[in-house]
Amino acid sequence: MKKRQLLITYLVTIILIYGLWYVLSLLLGSNLLPDPFVVLRQGVLELDKAPFWSHVGLSLYRILAGLFFGFILAVPIGLFLGSNERFDRLFAPLIYLGYPIPKIVLMPIIFVLFGLGDMGKIVLITMIIFFQLLITTRDSARKISKEVIYSLQSLGGNRWHFYRHVVWPISLPGIFTSLRIGTGTAVAVLFFVESIATRKGLGFYIIDAWGRADYSTMFVGIIALSCIGIILYEVFDLLERKLCKWKNI
Amino acid sequence: MSNSLLCVESLSKYFPGLNKPKKVLEDVSFTLSSWDSLAIMGPSGCGKTTLLLIIAGLLQSSRGSITIDGEPINGPTRKIGLVLQEYGLFPWKTVEANILLGARFQKLKIPEKRLSEFKSVLGIEGLDHLYPHQLSGGQRQRVALARALILRPALLLLDEPFAAIDAITRERLQDRLLAVFGHRQFSFIIVTHNIEEAIFLGKRILILNNKACGLCTILENPGVGDLHYRTKPGFFELSTRLRNLLEGLD
Ligand SMILES: Nc1ncnc2c1ncn2[C@@H]1O[C@H](COP(=O)(O)OP(=O)(O)OP(=O)(O)O)[C@@H](O)[C@H]1O
Ligand SMILES: [Mg+2]
Repeated sequence: MKKRQLLITYLVTIILIYGLWYVLSLLLGSNLLPDPFVVLRQGVLELDKAPFWSHVGLSLYRILAGLFFGFILAVPIGLFLGSNERFDRLFAPLIYLGYPIPKIVLMPIIFVLFGLGDMGKIVLITMIIFFQLLITTRDSARKISKEVIYSLQSLGGNRWHFYRHVVWPISLPGIFTSLRIGTGTAVAVLFFVESIATRKGLGFYIIDAWGRADYSTMFVGIIALSCIGIILYEVFDLLERKLCKWKNI
Repeated sequence: MSNSLLCVESLSKYFPGLNKPKKVLEDVSFTLSSWDSLAIMGPSGCGKTTLLLIIAGLLQSSRGSITIDGEPINGPTRKIGLVLQEYGLFPWKTVEANILLGARFQKLKIPEKRLSEFKSVLGIEGLDHLYPHQLSGGQRQRVALARALILRPALLLLDEPFAAIDAITRERLQDRLLAVFGHRQFSFIIVTHNIEEAIFLGKRILILNNKACGLCTILENPGVGDLHYRTKPGFFELSTRLRNLLEGLD
């Protein structure tokens, strides 16, 4: 039932955007804004070509790797700090100092340190995901009530049980929320880092088509990058509904 | 008493305060035999929850000693079960998972028969796959009871377990508790603000008073388990005595 609703919402939105786009392209002229049906045809052609898929694959790889490393670094640290007041007080200033720094301005330094290849890009995405996840994980782990801790101990639970059965489940909804938000930022950063000093990835694909004034190809790239964002968002949403049933009933 | 299960001797607890330590419990002593019950009463903030937490091995006392079966308590033990004021159920676990939590932590196998027996005595069959927030307050309370009882503790500590429940349901739950008590033969300590409840459930009643620290009175209760006691003259005498003690008049 819900799945069908979601599908319908997406379909209606796509049709609306297409309609609006078509009207705008008529008003502005197809030099500025290509006819959406031309883009669609171009897209279908591109889907058949190997280079297009290698751009998609590389972008997807970079963003997934960034999300993965951000996750496995931030979540354990966040769970630990959120449930250990003493360490938290020690590290909180550091985190609050690091969080608001726009990580993207560190790009030159990171590229110098990690090179212009995949590594530098992944490190940058990891850093952005890391801070966002760290803050939300830590904050949700801090919401644990005394009652729950006392119950756990009186039932014979140990430190491991505490993390596995209390801290982790209580933090999971927050983790998914920040993964979803983080995905949006990560896609934007991905586009930015792929638009310079590389010949691979959707960022390059878009900028390259733009440079050649091949607007319909450029739009195909934009749509492909958006699709990556949307799919990741929906996957996290689905996982949250599966794993945090208690929150959604 | 030779067969005492729990022995609390001149127990005191101070919390660190702003200027001087905050006295919460002062010189509390009592014993509890096996298959015994004790009701604890006292004004809000006098240290009832603190006392239970210390007995459960979750808080350190400042002075005094507590032993269970002759062994000092210095941490949570399997012999003691605890049901907290706010239930302490895990909202992210189903009823079934909540009930089996202790068994899971301690790697115990709970026989299916015992599980279904407790569920039926406490009247919580068919709730297995619901989450705590889908239950009524009374159901949540019974799940918390089941979770503690299923581990068969020698001593069960109950902190205002029926406080947030309407009078009729409360009486039913009291009956259920006594029914389990009758055939499982454990001991329990119940903290309550309700004089009738104290007289119905506690073989003895302990009154803590924070105005005069160290004043800790224990009354024998002839009316325990007797539903009709509340219509008898002894009841009025006892409840007046309790009320006076609680108001610090006695
Ligand atoms: N961790 C703590 N640190 C400092 N003071 C505390 C702490 N825990 C409890 N207290 C204080 O100890 C006193 C007794 O608290 P406790 O929770 O035992 O009261 P209570 O008798 O259970 O009250 P109620 O009937 O309202 O539940 C209170 O004044 C409380 O403020
Ligand atoms: Mg209390």
